Amino acid sequence: MAICKLHEIAHSRSGDKGEITNISLIPYKEDHYKLIKEQITETAVKEHFGEIVTGKVVRYEIETLKVFNFVLYGTRVGGVAAALEFDAHGKSLSWALLEMEIKK
Amino acid sequence: MKSLRIGCGAGYGGDRVDPAIELAMHGNLDYLVLECLAERTIALAQITKKKNPNNGYGQLLEERMTALLPLCKEKKFAIVTNIGAANPLAALNKTAEIARKLGIGPLKIAALEGANVLDEIKSRNSKLWEIDAPVSEVHDRVISADAYLGVEEMLPALESGADVIITGRVADPSLFLAPMVHSFGWQLDDWVNLGKGTALAHLIECSAQVSGGYFADSYYKKINNFVDIGFPLVEVNEKGEGFVTKVNGTGGVVNSLTCKEQLLYEIGDPASYLTPDVTADFSKIIFKEIGRDKVEVTGARGKERPIEFKITVGVKDGYLGEAFVSYAGHHAVERAKMAQEILEKRYKKLNLTFKRVKYDMMGINALHGSIGEKEKIEPYEVLLRVAVKSENKEMATKAMQEVETLWLNGPGGVGGIRKNINPVLAVYSTTIPRSQVTPKVAFVEVK
Repeated sequence: MAICKLHEIAHSRSGDKGEITNISLIPYKEDHYKLIKEQITETAVKEHFGEIVTGKVVRYEIETLKVFNFVLYGTRVGGVAAALEFDAHGKSLSWALLEMEIKK
Repeated sequence: MKSLRIGCGAGYGGDRVDPAIELAMHGNLDYLVLECLAERTIALAQITKKKNPNNGYGQLLEERMTALLPLCKEKKFAIVTNIGAANPLAALNKTAEIARKLGIGPLKIAALEGANVLDEIKSRNSKLWEIDAPVSEVHDRVISADAYLGVEEMLPALESGADVIITGRVADPSLFLAPMVHSFGWQLDDWVNLGKGTALAHLIECSAQVSGGYFADSYYKKINNFVDIGFPLVEVNEKGEGFVTKVNGTGGVVNSLTCKEQLLYEIGDPASYLTPDVTADFSKIIFKEIGRDKVEVTGARGKERPIEFKITVGVKDGYLGEAFVSYAGHHAVERAKMAQEILEKRYKKLNLTFKRVKYDMMGINALHGSIGEKEKIEPYEVLLRVAVKSENKEMATKAMQEVETLWLNGPGGVGGIRKNINPVLAVYSTTIPRSQVTPKVAFVEVK
């Protein structure tokens, strides 16, 4: 069993809706869908993001496309327009997700 | 079978103009859509309109129309755009003026008004979701309230046969879906087709984001020719079947990876994507690469649309002061930390208090917080960022002035200081019954 970074097997994009950030997670190879489904859980993602996520994390899946959508609540308190963060829109946060580790 | 080609010539207010020209020239389009409004844009445009009643529309209107009006006649496509922002009527008049100046005619221009519901939300005292309080709580600071209108409100303009249709706030996918509904005669409760059309619309509404922009990296996801990145188009038939593509020879790429990323962009539950037109369901979508830069989209569906209109409310929310101080060379990070400590103590000594304050070490933790700190790589150069939020402009100004004094009163080797203070415009949300909104369409015909 080897440990690798998520970015070695998947790609990702983030977007915002008010106080929420959503981050997709897309395996390059569909074979890795199951692996990600087992290990990259809502709890694991919430823990990885630490102080960045003040609310819950919800994971959705599109089985036909073998992709995931993580919705992170409370990443930009007061909404992106009033955010104090340099990355007000949280557009870099997909690259933070890809820093997670996964066992292959 | 009847089919349509709809292109996206702008994915935000300041987007590039030349790819839209390329698309207009070589896209063989029926419609060119320019999506020009972010969440905050209308609130900002309202401020502009207050100062000048003939303004308050998208900033690049003149440049876009000057480039695209001649092509719309020559290549026989219609332009659909929300560039009207806070003032679709002024945008209509400006566009007519440009057409006359260029000698383009006959040209029929329509403007959809009625998205502004400021009076309605004030009198209803609607509850704002983000602050969990009614409008009365922030009454004197509210500057705009706009309903996300949809296909139904746009149809009269399309049915008029206008060459250019200008709107204010309309849900982004509706701008693309309206031409499909109009051309194919889909019913407004044909949820399946509206769902299919919305999936295609959502895929291209952010221009280059589906053709390699906001996607590429230098390693796993290389793309060719960023400089001439092509804007996307969809070809769709009356059954709602279609594909995403771009003009041959342009830069970038349209493949299943770019489509997967963009399909999930800014959505929550993929089975329930809400627009004024439909609750679109992307949970069974299938992408198939059917040619070079050509991805077929099938399997989208839809359910009944939301009962009410979503409203975006612009509210003045104090001031944001932001400053940057840089250090390089030996112990750069420690010197930046010294600078931070000095500021913290000075703010205390001078009794400067803020609603919120944030310190970042750019190069270490500004974007990803403690995730980045785990890497334990000491950068050669570092930028200390200080951001303060205050109701009080003077307080924010003094805080920024203190950063500037680090030139003479802080650690050695300071490599530049920048500071700025800007009013904050928060954007809140609520909903309103459809019956509270009165859309109307104005026309100008340029001979």
